[in-house]
Amino acid sequence: MIWDLVIQPFADFGFMRRALLGCVAISVGATPVGVFLMLRRMSLTGDAMAHAILPGAAVGYLISGLSLGAMTIGGLVAGMVVALLSGFVTRMTSLREDASLAAFYLISLALGVLIVSTRGSNVDLMHVLFGTVLALDDAALILLCSIASLSVLTLALFFRPLALECADPGFLRSVSRLSAVTHFTFLTLVVLNLVGGFHALGTLMAVGIMILPAAAARFWAVGIGGLIATAIAVAMFASLTGLLLSYHYSLPSGPAIILVAGIAYGLSLILGPVGGLAARAFPRRHFEA
Amino acid sequence: MQSRRTLLKSATALVAALSLAAPAIAETNEPLAVVATFSILGDMVERIGGDHVAVTTLVGPDGDAHVYQPTPAAARAVSEAEVLVVNGLDFEGWLDRLIDASDFNGARVVAAEAVEPIAYEDDHEEHTEAESHDHDDHDHEEAVEAATHDHDDHHDHHAEAGHDHHHHGAFDPHAWQSLENAVVYVDTITAALAQADPDNAGTFYQNRASYVAEIEALDAEIREIVADLPASRRTIVTSHDAFQYFGRDYGLTFLAPQGLSTDSEASAQEVARLIEEIREHNISAVFVENIADSRLLEQIADETGATIGGTLYPGALSGPDGPAPTYLDMMRHNPTTLAQALGS
Repeated sequence: MIWDLVIQPFADFGFMRRALLGCVAISVGATPVGVFLMLRRMSLTGDAMAHAILPGAAVGYLISGLSLGAMTIGGLVAGMVVALLSGFVTRMTSLREDASLAAFYLISLALGVLIVSTRGSNVDLMHVLFGTVLALDDAALILLCSIASLSVLTLALFFRPLALECADPGFLRSVSRLSAVTHFTFLTLVVLNLVGGFHALGTLMAVGIMILPAAAARFWAVGIGGLIATAIAVAMFASLTGLLLSYHYSLPSGPAIILVAGIAYGLSLILGPVGGLAARAFPRRHFEA
Repeated sequence: MQSRRTLLKSATALVAALSLAAPAIAETNEPLAVVATFSILGDMVERIGGDHVAVTTLVGPDGDAHVYQPTPAAARAVSEAEVLVVNGLDFEGWLDRLIDASDFNGARVVAAEAVEPIAYEDDHEEHTEAESHDHDDHDHEEAVEAATHDHDDHHDHHAEAGHDHHHHGAFDPHAWQSLENAVVYVDTITAALAQADPDNAGTFYQNRASYVAEIEALDAEIREIVADLPASRRTIVTSHDAFQYFGRDYGLTFLAPQGLSTDSEASAQEVARLIEEIREHNISAVFVENIADSRLLEQIADETGATIGGTLYPGALSGPDGPAPTYLDMMRHNPTTLAQALGS
């Protein structure tokens, strides 16, 4: 029974194993980044970045045609430029992070559409650039796993300054020179995870796995460590369940995975002990327990 | 000087127009402005119209009409056109908005209007198999009749479930993949051009005759190519469901992980079923398409040990240097590629 439902799809088909491995990699790599994004109130960054990388991808396309490598590198460069410029503006002027990011991603998107149109081709660049979780080849898997390892290592190195920066950026800036370095390293991680995720899994998967589990974890844990652990667990559960649903009920995989994460978020919202709806409606339980 | 000359010109034009009176369009040397929605229709119009038409193609070579975004230039071309040639069968979902926005008031030709469409089946594997089975035992007309019959049966079912199929309609729109249908397309287009420009109708019908002769010769050629394929090698895997008409005509079965539109996303179950199918039928090669993402198919090929047999052209011509710059080249290229990869 359990064998048929859970194990057999992965035992029989290589693409299912690859999809699962890709999902695990992005769960481990991108979800902690999503937790920090949420804590810094930057949860919409992912969607903005999906648009910001267009001009880079377009330039990559103009230089070397439909080469995924060139388009990914181009997208990475464009995403970095937008992230760093908006980070720079946030730190140097009075404009807030969300507004400066919005400004730069819109400029970037417009530039991208312009470049694509001058070439006059109608092949949808975004479609070509964005992959699907069912078509992970070796190169895509290596890319995903490398990015996951890199972001876990970097987060471990910068954990303290990052946590401080989330809590009180002004304080970190006053006591340490690491503040700027931390900020830009973090933005680099965001772009790296997103572009890698877009390339391998598609926009919805990359942004969804980054943000939804983090939002769900918010209702279960208080400390950053607990948040990250819960978020990774939710992400992996959603990946496995979503893939199996896609297999057994013939649903498109990306949306299935993200919807399972969405259901997990909905349940956490209601049942979560930390500020969930039920906990708020019956606050006495806390005292009795 | 300048103004007097233009005045003189317009006066003579007016006289000429008045003297012709009956047909609305004056006899001029200006070619008829025709807009075709994608490259295959554009090529057909050019063949029929020759020098007497100026064709603008909205979705050019190697472009994907499923996901096309109209531009202002496209809207202008449509508004200035006297004839607009579209495929129909819900292939160009973006078209209605474009026509609304561009106050087009010429003649609109639906090329696929008179063809017998293949109903879109959710479970397309069964469907195409039944279709090709039918075909083997019947001759030409009977096969078409069988298909018509089939389609009537499915029609009720689709009237109920039609809205399930999102933006692709109840019928497979890739009707040009059948050379029989191509003759219907050509006839429809010729009639429309002749109506819009009666003075050159003779030329249009002459061009039509030679074009149809070429199409029929190609049909015979393809039958010869395909006839050499052994029965065990008549199941073919491509990126998206675009070859049902081709399969019906020549007794081939086409399987694909993506549905009718390149825009749809595959499910794990569909991919798994396809892999099982490839293993079961011992399929040795799969085929990528010029307008679809090939990564999923490469992955499937990798897992089953099949090779990538080549690139097929389902719904867009290649550039002038590619293997399929015209419709006839495209229709010849596809079976040739299939036969080369599967034949030996």
